[in-house]
Amino acid sequence: MKGRPELYTSYAQDMAFLNTRPKRTWTGALVVVALLVPFAITDDLLMLLATGFVAAIGAIGLNIVTGYAGQVSLGHAFFLAIGAYTGAALSGDPDGRVLGFGVTSLPVWLLASGLVAGLAGLIVAPIAVRLRGLYLAIVTLGLVFLGEHVFREWTSLTGGPGVGRPAAVPELFGVRLDRPSEFFSGPQQLYLLMFVLLVIFAVLARNLVRSRIGRAFAAVRDRDLAAAVIGVDLTRYKALAFAVSSFYAGVAGSLLFVVNGFFDPGSFGLLLSVQYIAMVLIGGAGTISGAIMGALFITLLPRITRELPTVLPFISADATGSVTVFQVEAVLYGLLIVVFLIVEPRGLFGIWVRVRNYWRTWPFSY
Amino acid sequence: MTEFLQSLIRGLGSGSIYALLALGFVIIYKSTRVISFAQPAFMLAGAVLVSYLAAEVGFFAAVPIAAVLIAVLALGVERTVLRPMIGKPVFVVAIITIGVDVVVRVVTNAFIGLDVRQVGDPWGLNTVTLLGVEVQQRYLVMFGTTVAVVAVLFAFFRFSRVGLAMRAVAYDQEVALAQGISVGSVFALSWAIAGGLAALAGVFVATGAGVDQQLWVIALKALPAIILGGLDSLGGAVVGGLAVGVVESLVGTYQGDVAPWLGPNFALVAPYVLMLVVLLVRPYGLFGSKEVERL
Repeated sequence: MKGRPELYTSYAQDMAFLNTRPKRTWTGALVVVALLVPFAITDDLLMLLATGFVAAIGAIGLNIVTGYAGQVSLGHAFFLAIGAYTGAALSGDPDGRVLGFGVTSLPVWLLASGLVAGLAGLIVAPIAVRLRGLYLAIVTLGLVFLGEHVFREWTSLTGGPGVGRPAAVPELFGVRLDRPSEFFSGPQQLYLLMFVLLVIFAVLARNLVRSRIGRAFAAVRDRDLAAAVIGVDLTRYKALAFAVSSFYAGVAGSLLFVVNGFFDPGSFGLLLSVQYIAMVLIGGAGTISGAIMGALFITLLPRITRELPTVLPFISADATGSVTVFQVEAVLYGLLIVVFLIVEPRGLFGIWVRVRNYWRTWPFSY
Repeated sequence: MTEFLQSLIRGLGSGSIYALLALGFVIIYKSTRVISFAQPAFMLAGAVLVSYLAAEVGFFAAVPIAAVLIAVLALGVERTVLRPMIGKPVFVVAIITIGVDVVVRVVTNAFIGLDVRQVGDPWGLNTVTLLGVEVQQRYLVMFGTTVAVVAVLFAFFRFSRVGLAMRAVAYDQEVALAQGISVGSVFALSWAIAGGLAALAGVFVATGAGVDQQLWVIALKALPAIILGGLDSLGGAVVGGLAVGVVESLVGTYQGDVAPWLGPNFALVAPYVLMLVVLLVRPYGLFGSKEVERL
């Protein structure tokens, strides 16, 4: 097969982790660039990108249940919250104002947050399995409101609304990653940590969805009745999708506020869920790379709109003018989602596919 | 007993707001199979519009004008934003309506400013004694108006040609198209009706306390209402809306004594608990039709 890289002779080749040569080259190049970025840009942008990577882990999780298994969940904020509070409580100061157990080792609280959230997902799953489509979406939305209420009232854990509590402590092998060390600044270390974690979880997710389980998810998504007829256990796979998705949400939730160091129970509302759904849909449902692109896009969007006043002088940068930057930011956020999904319902990934297909056959357009 | 009756009437009053909103959700869902998350924005816009118009033409003229204007706005949104999305996945469309909601709401907020705006209603917080129970007038007005609106709506769907066309589209779009019904105008009309209902609901929410930027949150209470009643049942929307209002009000009155461990403000999330309980027994709501599927 020498010189004919696109000729596949086996199923394994077709289902390989990175199944084409351009994918291998470009993924490698992207990883190298991402590793070099922290030495080229300022710390505040690094923090933003690190948050974006964490959001990407959460978006991959939502994509597993929504994009691959086709069960639209608006309850992602609830599972993010469970992860965030598990991580923060485990690694918190035992003598502090709020609940804390002093287990600061990152791998321990990271896995624990994921597992607790995953367990919550499993508990919710039996209800979810009975419902379909929009009923499911609104019930999971109800979960967010119930969660918000619980976290508002449970002040010994959450610190209460308007007060909040410190986020999880990122300590790896006794080194505090959010503090500057000999070679790196704090944001640089956090950026690298989040990037490595994103790569790990993205690889795990990609491996999951190209396995037997992933094919079962896709069958459930495309037509659950047909899937049941060919022997896919619907209850089992829907529950599994919810559990895995919630695990990812838990992991992402515990990391989400590490960069800021502080969070408030009001952060886990409907808006957060909608943001994650928007990430998945804008990135492209049912693709891992789409979820990552969507998450970075949504995270960077406020920053991009903040730069607008320098370009468009009629927008005042302070909060008192006739058209303030906050209003523009919010309107632009809404408009972008609308225009984007009308023009390309398959999202960023769809655009990428079009560009790729154009250049693959260039200069012939057919 | 007095406390119970007061609580009940309060619940029916706010429940009629939820019922109006829920009707809008269900009308849109029945014709287009999409849940429109833009309803909160239309509700807010309706209330704000009335707060401006009432100073010019008086409250009672302002309400119908605002309802019509919001209906036109909703129709415009359907024609420009939703029409290109026919046949696309419903959740992509739902997210688009969230985008519309954000845009309309931010623009409306700019007209509210930081203060609370009054809609200029004649009732305020005045009370009236009814059968020995003191109740706020506005709750009686809400309930009465909603009953009238629901009666007109049901008569419209039952007896008018357009109403029949809308029911036909809800039943089967292709067959309706083959009978010469313009499915597109039914879509637009259902958005317009939903927008008008949302505007009316917005005015009712704003009576008494006024309009502020947080008003839109009320509209989300209609979501448990529509699920409770069943997504595709108009009667279910009304029953669900009233049930949500009553449960919220009763829980708000008694939960502090009966179950204080649930925390204050539990009444605000009680409708969601009710929704979960009902769905565990009936996955398609109280009156929703079960999906019939074949391979």
